[in-house]
Amino acid sequence: MNEALRTIKDQTLTYQQKVVGLARVAENSIDILKIDEEVQAYREEGIICDLFEGNAPYRPRYIVPNYEKFMEEGSKFLNLKPPTDLWEAINNLLILYKHVPSITSFPVYIGNIDTLLEPFIKDEKEAKQAIKFFLTHIDRTLTDSFCHANIGPYDTKAGRIILEVEKELQNAVPNITLKYSDETPDQLALKAIETALVTAKPSFANHQAFTKDLGNYGIVSCYNGLKIGGGSHTLVRLNLAALAPKANSEEHFMTEVLPDAINRMNRYMDERIKFLVEESEFFQTSFLVKESLLDLDHFTAMFGMFGLAEAVNHLINPQSLNEKFGHGDKANKLGLSIIEKMHQLVSQHAAPYCKASEGKYLLHAQVGTDFDHGISPGCRIPIGDEPEIHQHLIQSAPFHQFFPSGIGDIFKFDETAKGNPKYILDIIKGAFNINMRYFSLYCTDCDVIRITGYLVKKSDMEKLDAGQQVLHDTVVLGLGSVKNQKVLDRRLRNDE
Amino acid sequence: MMNKVAVNRIIPFSSVDGPGNRTAIFLQGCNFNCLYCHNPETINHCNHCGRCVETCPVEALKLIDGKVRWDDTLCTGCHQCLKTCRQNSSPRVKLMTVDEIIEEINKTKAFISGITVSGGESTLQIPFLTQLFKGVKEMGLTTFVDTNGSIPLWEEESFLSVVDQFMVDLKSTHQQEHLELTGLGCSTVIENIKQLANLGKLYEVRTVIVPNLLDNKRNVENTSKLIASLNPEIRYKIIKYRALGVREGLVEASSPTDEMLLELKALAEEEGCRDVVLV
Repeated sequence: MNEALRTIKDQTLTYQQKVVGLARVAENSIDILKIDEEVQAYREEGIICDLFEGNAPYRPRYIVPNYEKFMEEGSKFLNLKPPTDLWEAINNLLILYKHVPSITSFPVYIGNIDTLLEPFIKDEKEAKQAIKFFLTHIDRTLTDSFCHANIGPYDTKAGRIILEVEKELQNAVPNITLKYSDETPDQLALKAIETALVTAKPSFANHQAFTKDLGNYGIVSCYNGLKIGGGSHTLVRLNLAALAPKANSEEHFMTEVLPDAINRMNRYMDERIKFLVEESEFFQTSFLVKESLLDLDHFTAMFGMFGLAEAVNHLINPQSLNEKFGHGDKANKLGLSIIEKMHQLVSQHAAPYCKASEGKYLLHAQVGTDFDHGISPGCRIPIGDEPEIHQHLIQSAPFHQFFPSGIGDIFKFDETAKGNPKYILDIIKGAFNINMRYFSLYCTDCDVIRITGYLVKKSDMEKLDAGQQVLHDTVVLGLGSVKNQKVLDRRLRNDE
Repeated sequence: MMNKVAVNRIIPFSSVDGPGNRTAIFLQGCNFNCLYCHNPETINHCNHCGRCVETCPVEALKLIDGKVRWDDTLCTGCHQCLKTCRQNSSPRVKLMTVDEIIEEINKTKAFISGITVSGGESTLQIPFLTQLFKGVKEMGLTTFVDTNGSIPLWEEESFLSVVDQFMVDLKSTHQQEHLELTGLGCSTVIENIKQLANLGKLYEVRTVIVPNLLDNKRNVENTSKLIASLNPEIRYKIIKYRALGVREGLVEASSPTDEMLLELKALAEEEGCRDVVLV
């Protein structure tokens, strides 16, 4: 059946999901990018994968608008004046969100919503009601859990209300990150953990590490760190698990296979970005750019990778769990040298229109997608192979310095932790002390769980599996990941 | 020669042995023999009879020069040795010096609020603990002790100076019942609770609720009164008896219902306790 007709007749898709799907079909009916044979070969083998970005990029993949500026100045194009009270502030934001494009057509970043709303909070009871409407509206209309809000690092009334309300609502959208630093009071961090143990958010971002690498940043989509007022043109990912078997030795991999693949992927990313910036007219016409909510100079692009564990295990052929990636010294060292090498090679390439990162692509530990059968996200240890939590943290932390545009790990706790949230705060503090960049947690008894970087309700996956429509498009991805990547089988962290 | 203690187990990250994340160190050997003991393999020291060596399915245990030796690299943790042991002991115990334990804590130091020593009965090793805690406090960590309260701790000044907080089990407030349950009376336990609370070093008191075996209501009532009279903010943890790990044939008991536990919690609060926790 024709792709468009199949989309139209799909019983599990809502109307909105069909419209987005049909737009994708239309985009993919043109072949405009100049893709050379070597690149195309790796795309077909699934070694280079652009995660359905489409054949003719007409908007950056990730957009991180400067919402602070919008709150101060309003928008000429949208005919909105700066807000004077909380209801106006919320209304203005909800309007702007509908006009922020992305790969999914939903905004992947909706601002540091606590500090955006804080100046308007007068009566806390009214504020709670307003914020409840605000967050419910977001969940029901921005129906994609890559939509990401930030809070912190400082304590605000708005931040505390947001955490309380999310604990009650238990929605999958928006994803939330608490920017966490030495200046975040324990009380706020503990409140965040209590909320995360009920509804799998917020995650914790190492504010110091991100600020050092990116300056004024936002956490968007899964856990991508990007400059505010900018974003990422594209995210293409390199499948190390599929690349490793092309090498006949470790040395061959490091000196020939990997550099060649990086070279091919650079060429592909360059081509996508040039079309977007020079031909698609996005940067020339969007009101977001004209009103300086976006600036091309604040953009970069993300060089993604995944399947490090499988690549390492393929190259060293471990005889037991003790020798595998995540456990054996040799395996862990090889993993680190692969990433160091990638960092070195990717940094050598002059990337077009990436002024936000000094004309280079930024490495990104990509979290995988629903059809990655048995391949682990980024540099993560495969589910089922996870060591005890302290070894896990110590093993994974050294990778984080190489990934300013995002890397993170997810830990699953049981209800016991609810009685002692400081237990988790101690772990997070320790993890950030050894330079981990991003830490996610959830509790095994909750409906909302973190799949790989985004949130999905278990109950929604059951509905979809039974052939029913569900509101959020990310449920499809979640269900695929549950089936292909065993995400429900993550090691339970329970006093080990 | 450096003094060594028998360590049954070190749990690098524990959420249930005091505030925050703690490395919990379980020492071998206990002076109580509670009928409902949940980890009876920690009660006695190994007598090297060698029975477990015969039943270990992976040859992780060997009898060398009359001593049972455990190879943790081969051990799969199947616990067959514990099932074989008739001594209420375990061959999976390491003799460790203060420095060796400190080295273990160094691995988790960045991630924890402190350490908790438990057992067995940890306060049977006070000189060793005093030395250990001095080292741990130098690392900027807190020191907690989980104890049955059978040793007059209030007399141990130099030990008290390096312990931040104690967690004391009060298994029964009735002398005879306590004696029958544990093998010793409860007067020292109660005196410890009073003295430690007055020193501001009592973090929590705990009682296990065992229907058919103990007068649970009386125990909770008396313990709550005691806590409330000392400092109502001290946590009172009321623990549900679970059969897991308990030796067979010693007690005819079942787990209390949630309803019963809620009633006991309400009773404790009525008696003035402000921080009552059910687990």
